[in-house]
Amino acid sequence: MKGKLILQDGTTFRGQLLGNTSTTTEGEVVFNTGMTGYQEILTDPSYCRQIVTLTYPLIGNYGVAKQFNQSRKSFVAGLIIGELCEKPSSSSMEKTLADFLTEEKIPCLYDVDTRALTKKIRSAGTMKGVIVSEYTSQSAVDDMMALPVRKRVVEMVTTPVSYTLDAGANPLNVVTMDFGIKRNILDSLRKLNCRLTVVPAYTKAEEILALNPDGIFLSNGPGDPKDVPEIINEVKKLLDKRPIFGICLGHQIIALALGADTYKLKFGHRGSNQPVKCLETGKVAITSQNHGYAVDEKSLGELPVKVTHISLNDGTIEGVRHNTLPITSVQYHPEAAPGPNDSVHLFDQFIDHMRVFKNK
Amino acid sequence: MPKKKNLNKILVIGSGPIIIGQAAEFDYAGSQACRSLKEEGLEVVLVNSNPATIMTDANIADRVYIEPLTVEFLTAIIEKERPDGLLATLGGQAGLNLAVQLAEKGVLEKYKVELLGTSLTAIKRAEDREMFKETMERIGEPIPESTIVEDVHSAIEFAKEIGYPLIVRPAYTLGGTGGGIVNNEEELIDVTLRGLKYSMIGQVLIERSIAGWKEIEYEVMRDGNDTCITICSMENFDPVGVHTGDSIVVAPTQTLTDHEYQLLRSASLKIIRALGIEGGCNVQFALDPQNQNYYVIEVNPRVSRSSALASKATGYPIAKVSVKIAIGYTLDEIVNAVTKKTKACFEPSVDYCVVKFPRWPFDKFVYADTTLGTQMKATGEVMSLDRSFEGAILKAVRSLEIGVNRLHMDKMDDWDNDKLKSRLAKINDERLFVIAEVLRRGLATVQEIADITKIDAWFIEKIKNITDMELRLKKSELNAKLLREAKTVGLADISISELTGVNVNEIREMRKQANILPVYKMVDTCAAEFEAMTPYYYSTFRGEVDEVEVTNRPKIIVLGSGPIRIGQGVEFDYCSVHSVWALREADIEAIIINNNPETVSTDFDISDKLYFEPLTTEDVLNIIDKENPDGVIVQFGGQTAINLAASLAAAGVKIYGTSVDNIDRAEDRERFDEMLTELNIPRPKGISVTNLDDAINGAAQIGYPVMVRPSYVLGGRAMEIVYNEEELRDYMSRAVKVTPDHPVLVDRYMQGTEVEVDAISDGVDVVIPGIMEHVERAGVHSGDSIAVYPPQTLPSKVIYTITDYTKRLALALDVRGLVNIQYVVADGKVYVIEVNPRSSRTVPFLSKVTDIKMVNVATRAALGSSLKAMGYYSGLVEPKPYVAVKAPVFSFAKMQDVDISLGPEMKSTGEVMGIDYHYARALYKAITGAGMNIPKNGCILFTVADKDKEEMKQLAKAFYELGFKLVATEGTAKALQSIGIDAEVVGKVHERSSDIIHMIKLGKIHMVVNTQAPGKHIAKDGFRIRRATVELGVPCLTSLDTAWEVMRVLSFMRDRRLVYSLALQDYVGGGDDLA
Repeated sequence: MKGKLILQDGTTFRGQLLGNTSTTTEGEVVFNTGMTGYQEILTDPSYCRQIVTLTYPLIGNYGVAKQFNQSRKSFVAGLIIGELCEKPSSSSMEKTLADFLTEEKIPCLYDVDTRALTKKIRSAGTMKGVIVSEYTSQSAVDDMMALPVRKRVVEMVTTPVSYTLDAGANPLNVVTMDFGIKRNILDSLRKLNCRLTVVPAYTKAEEILALNPDGIFLSNGPGDPKDVPEIINEVKKLLDKRPIFGICLGHQIIALALGADTYKLKFGHRGSNQPVKCLETGKVAITSQNHGYAVDEKSLGELPVKVTHISLNDGTIEGVRHNTLPITSVQYHPEAAPGPNDSVHLFDQFIDHMRVFKNK
Repeated sequence: MPKKKNLNKILVIGSGPIIIGQAAEFDYAGSQACRSLKEEGLEVVLVNSNPATIMTDANIADRVYIEPLTVEFLTAIIEKERPDGLLATLGGQAGLNLAVQLAEKGVLEKYKVELLGTSLTAIKRAEDREMFKETMERIGEPIPESTIVEDVHSAIEFAKEIGYPLIVRPAYTLGGTGGGIVNNEEELIDVTLRGLKYSMIGQVLIERSIAGWKEIEYEVMRDGNDTCITICSMENFDPVGVHTGDSIVVAPTQTLTDHEYQLLRSASLKIIRALGIEGGCNVQFALDPQNQNYYVIEVNPRVSRSSALASKATGYPIAKVSVKIAIGYTLDEIVNAVTKKTKACFEPSVDYCVVKFPRWPFDKFVYADTTLGTQMKATGEVMSLDRSFEGAILKAVRSLEIGVNRLHMDKMDDWDNDKLKSRLAKINDERLFVIAEVLRRGLATVQEIADITKIDAWFIEKIKNITDMELRLKKSELNAKLLREAKTVGLADISISELTGVNVNEIREMRKQANILPVYKMVDTCAAEFEAMTPYYYSTFRGEVDEVEVTNRPKIIVLGSGPIRIGQGVEFDYCSVHSVWALREADIEAIIINNNPETVSTDFDISDKLYFEPLTTEDVLNIIDKENPDGVIVQFGGQTAINLAASLAAAGVKIYGTSVDNIDRAEDRERFDEMLTELNIPRPKGISVTNLDDAINGAAQIGYPVMVRPSYVLGGRAMEIVYNEEELRDYMSRAVKVTPDHPVLVDRYMQGTEVEVDAISDGVDVVIPGIMEHVERAGVHSGDSIAVYPPQTLPSKVIYTITDYTKRLALALDVRGLVNIQYVVADGKVYVIEVNPRSSRTVPFLSKVTDIKMVNVATRAALGSSLKAMGYYSGLVEPKPYVAVKAPVFSFAKMQDVDISLGPEMKSTGEVMGIDYHYARALYKAITGAGMNIPKNGCILFTVADKDKEEMKQLAKAFYELGFKLVATEGTAKALQSIGIDAEVVGKVHERSSDIIHMIKLGKIHMVVNTQAPGKHIAKDGFRIRRATVELGVPCLTSLDTAWEVMRVLSFMRDRRLVYSLALQDYVGGGDDLA
C-alpha cells in the first residue's frame, strides 16, 4: 500500500507501507547511520516512541534472530527505510524483518528516499512526523500532528518489577536502575561476574541501598532526562554512597543529579561510527551512539566533575568523571550491539571502582 | 602529535609499470601522497619508472626521477638527494619490496633516511609468513593450519598430515603470482616448485584450503597514538578461492549480521595493533557461513588496490591520510577532506551499495585459461554505486565495455540447458552470466545455485530480481508503470528496448514524458549526517530528491576511459586529468564521467564535479540532460570516449574537438582511402573483403605476406601476419567470422621501420612535439614496441616527409586537438598505417620528455584557441638533446597459456621509460626498468625460425664476440657453424634429457633469442620454451630487432657507468649533462 511520512513542517516523503501492520503512527523522526544492526536498533528501548529512519538503504538482508534482541519487545513508533529485503539470507536467521515488524505491529514505510529525509532532519533538526497511508485525509493528519509528544517514556520501557540475574562465585553485587536497559549491558556486566539486581526506574534510593550493592549502574533509556525529576532526586541520594556507572540516559541523570544541565541536540547522535576522544589518554574510539540530549559543558562550572570524553564530530560531552567520588558515566554505548566493541574496557573500570570500594 | 620536526625532504617510491595485480591504483595513491606532502611544505623526491602516470609529472613532485626501480638506481638517487624520510607504503608491493631491500642493504642507515609510516619490523611481521603466523597465534587470531616450506619434500610431508585441498602461496609476490589450489600430490609438487621460484625469499606457504567460505575484507588505519579505525568493509561476491582482485566485490558487507561484522572488525583492529602498522592496511578474512568461525587469510601492510577501492567507495582518502600519519599526525588532527568540518578520525558510513567488477584480458588472450583462482588475472576494474545491489551490478556490467548491457551474453543463447547448468560449477569470468541465464530459464532454484556456487543466496536472489523483471518486460506491453519498475531495477534503456522491441529512443522519450529520470546523490562519507562539499555523484532511479547544484558557469564534460585493459591503460586517464586541469585553468567548470576506481581522474578533488557512472550513451545523456553543459570532450578518454561521439552528436550534443564526421573519415576504411588518394599520401596496399574467395584473390594481388584483421578492432585484436594462402585460409576459418556486415581487412605487410607521431592542430597550424621511432619492425603492435624519442636512424628526408604528411593529414581531417599517426618507412619511402583522431598511448611519455603540455594545448585548441596565440608554430618542434626510450612491460607471469611472442596483437599491460643523454644507457634503463634481467655474461640460447636464420648469424656473432657462450638447436647451430661459430647443440623439447626446457630450469641459460615460425598453431615447442623462460624469469627476446638493441646496449655499457640518474626537471631544464 502506498504511504507517506509527513513532517511537522509539511514536508512529505512517499513510500510503501508494509501490509498487516498498523498503518498510522506518530512520533519524533530520527535517523541512524549504522550500516548493520537494524534488529538491535529496533529493540533498543531508547528509541521508544520515535520513528526511526535507517540511512543504509538495504535493510533486512540477514533477517531477524532472537539472539540479537536488546529487550523484550520493540518500542519504536515506526521504521522508515529504503529497500526492505524480501529474501534474506543468513544461517542464524529465524524470520524475515517484515515478519518481525508485523508481529511487533511496527508500522514500516519503505522505498523511501531516506537520504533526502536525513538531509532534511540534519538541516531542520529533529521534528515530529506521522506515517499514514497515501489516502489519509489532511484533517486526520492534522489531528495526529497536534497530539503532544509523549513525555516520561521511561515509564513505558522500564521493568515493572525487580529481578535478579545471577553470576558465578564471589560476584560483585550491582543494582541496575532500568530506564530501558539493553540486554547487552546486562550481558557485559554478567560476563565480568556481576550479580545484577535490576530494579524499576522509580525505585527509591533507600530501597537500593537496602540491597547493599557493591555498585550502582544507571542504564540507558528514552526521552528527555528532565522529564523524570524524581529519579534525579533519588540518584542525588546515591552519589556519595556507592561506585556509580551510567550509560546514555544514566549519564545524563548523573550529570543532572550532580547539578549540571542538559539540552536537546539539533538532530542527535545515532550511529555506529561516532568518534569519541578520551581526554585522559588522547586516544580515539569509534563508538555506538543513540542520544538526542547532551550534558551542557557550560553548566559544569565549579562542579567537582571532569569531562573525560568528547565527541570529535561536534565537541559535545561524551563522558564525565567525578573528581573525588567513584562516579563515571558515558553518553555512548560501550556495550555495542549494534556497533563497535572498542570501549568494553569501561565496564572494567566500573569493576575496579567496586573492588576498591568493597575492600575499604 | 604534530608533524615530525626533522623532516624536510621526502623520497616517495612509486609502483613502476602497470602489471596485473599492480595497476593505476598506485598512481592515484602516489600522486595523492605527493600532493599531500607538498601541502605540508615538504620537498618531494619521486622515483617511478612509469611515464604514463600523473605522479611522474614534473609538477607533482619537486624532483621526479623516471628511473628503474632497482636497489642500484635508488641508492644512487638517495646518495644524490639525501632525503630525510622514505615513504614506501604507497608504491604497492614493488615499492614495499624495494624499501625492504634498501633497509636490509644498509642504504637507509648509511644515508640516515628514516623509513616513514609502518616500520620495517611491522612490514616483515605482516609479510613474512612465519612471523605473521607467530603474531596471529600470540594474539589468538585464527589462521588456517599451514606450514612454510623451502623445498618440495616438506610440502608433501605437510599434505600427508592435513590432507587436500591445500592452497600454495609464494611469499612476497604480486597478485598471488605462482600460487594455486592443489587437490593431489602431483599438483602440489608442480605449484610448489613454481612458487618457490617466484618467491623473493624462496619460501612458499602451504595451508588448508577454505574455499567456499565468505571472503570479507576490512580497510583499517592506525596512527602513531594507537588509534585505529576501519574505513570500509567489503564482501566478495565470490567465495574464498577466487583472488579478491578477480572477484566481484560489494561494499559495505551485505549479508553479515552486526554481530559478525563487529567480530571481524574487532579482529582487524587487534591485528593492525599487533602488527604495529602506522597508516593504512588491508585485512582479509574467511568466514564460515554456517557458524561464524573465521580465519585471517592475509594482511597487506600498505595502501593497496582494495584501499583505492575503499577510498572511492566511501569518499575517504586513505592514501592522503596514510601520508599524514607517516609524517607524524594523529587521526584526530587530520581534517576530513569531505566535510571539511569533522575529523579524519571516524568511520565512513555509506548510504548506497558499491559494486566492483574486474576487467579481464581474455578478449585479448583468447587462448588463456579463463579459470579464476588464487592467481589474479584481471588487468583493471570498474566500480559502480546505486541505492540497490541490482542497480549497481547492472551499472558495473555496462561499464566493463565487453559488449554486454545486462547479465546476458548472446553466445549463451546457443547453449543447451545441460551445458548451461554444468557451467555453474565452473569458476570463470562468465559465471555471473551463467547464473543469470540459469535463472532466466528456470533451470535451478536460488538455493540450488547457492549450493553449487557457494555464492550467498542473497546475491542470487538479487540476480533473480533482475531476470524476473526481464521476463516481465518480454511478456508485457511496455507502459509507464512497468518502465518505471524496470528502471528501478536498474535495467538500461537499451536492455529494455532489446526485451520489449520498443526503439531505444522511444523509450527515452517515454521516460522523459513520464518523468522517469534518475536523481543524483552525493558521496559524502557520512550518510548525510553532516553537510559535505564533495562534488562526487552517482545516479539512482530509487530516489526523489536530486542533490546536484547545477551552476550557470560555462562547463564542459570530459569523458574518461573506463577500466584499464590491454590497449587502453592509465595513459588515457593521464590525458583525461590533464584536460580537466586545462579546463579549470580556463575558468570553465570541468565535469568528468568515469567508472574506474583505481584512477586519479576519479579522485573527487581533481574536477569540479565527478560523476561515477558507466560510459554509455544513456548514462552520459542523462548527465547531460541534468547539467546542460556547453559540450563534451571525447578525445582524451581513449576509444571508450571516441565510441560515444557519434551517438552523443546525434542527440544534439556539441563535441569539442575534431568533428564526428572527421573522426569517421579516419576510422572508416573507404573514406580514409579516399582522403589519402586525394592527398597523394601512400599507404600499404590493402583491400576489404567479405568472403574467403575475395580474400584469397585479394591477397594474391597484394602479395604475401599480408596483415589480416577484422575491420572493427581495438589494440590489434585478432590481427595476424600470414605468409601464404594456406595460412590465410586457416586464419579466415579460425580467427574471424567474415560477413558482409563485418568485413576483413587484408593489407600488404611491410617489413619496415615503424614510426609514431602525436600532433596537435587547431585547424590552421599543426604542432608536432616529437617523433618516435620503434625498435621492432612493423608487425609488432606499436604498444608492444620499444619506442625511441627522438628517432635515431631516420634520415632527415624521411623526417621531413613525416612532418609534411602529418600536417596535411591533420588539416585534411580538420583536427582540433590531438591526433596520433602511425607510419611505416620501407626502403626510404613513408607509408601511413593509421590515423587516430584522439590522444594516444604515447602522449604522457612525449609530454614529459618534450616538456610540452600536450593535453593542455590540445584542450585549448579543441575549445577554439589558436596555437599561434599559445606560442606554438606549425611543424616539428626541435628535438631535445637527450634520448627517451619507452619499453613495454608484460604480465605474462600471471597468464599461463599465453604465448609471449610479439606480434600485431597487443599484449603488454604497461610501460616504463628510460631517459639519458646516451641512447644506449636510456635503452639500458628502459629494459632494466621493464624488469628484464639482461645478463652481462653467460649463456644465450638461439632458436630461430628459418626465415630469420641469415639475420641471426650476425647477431649471434656479435654476442659471441662480447664473450657470451652460445647454445642453439641443431638447425640454428649448423647455421652458426657456417660462419665459424661453435655453439653447443641442445636437444629439442623432449628430445633427450638435456633438452632445452631442462636446461632453462637448471639455470644454465641466461637469455633466449627465439623467433617464431610463421603460422601460429604449429610451433608448440617454441611456445613451451617461451613459457619456461617466463616461469623462470629468464629474458626471452622474440624479435631480432630487440635482440640487436640489447646487444648494442651490452656492448656500449661495457666501459661506462651503468647507473646514472638525473631528475626530469634537470633534463627538461637543460641542466646537468655530465654523463
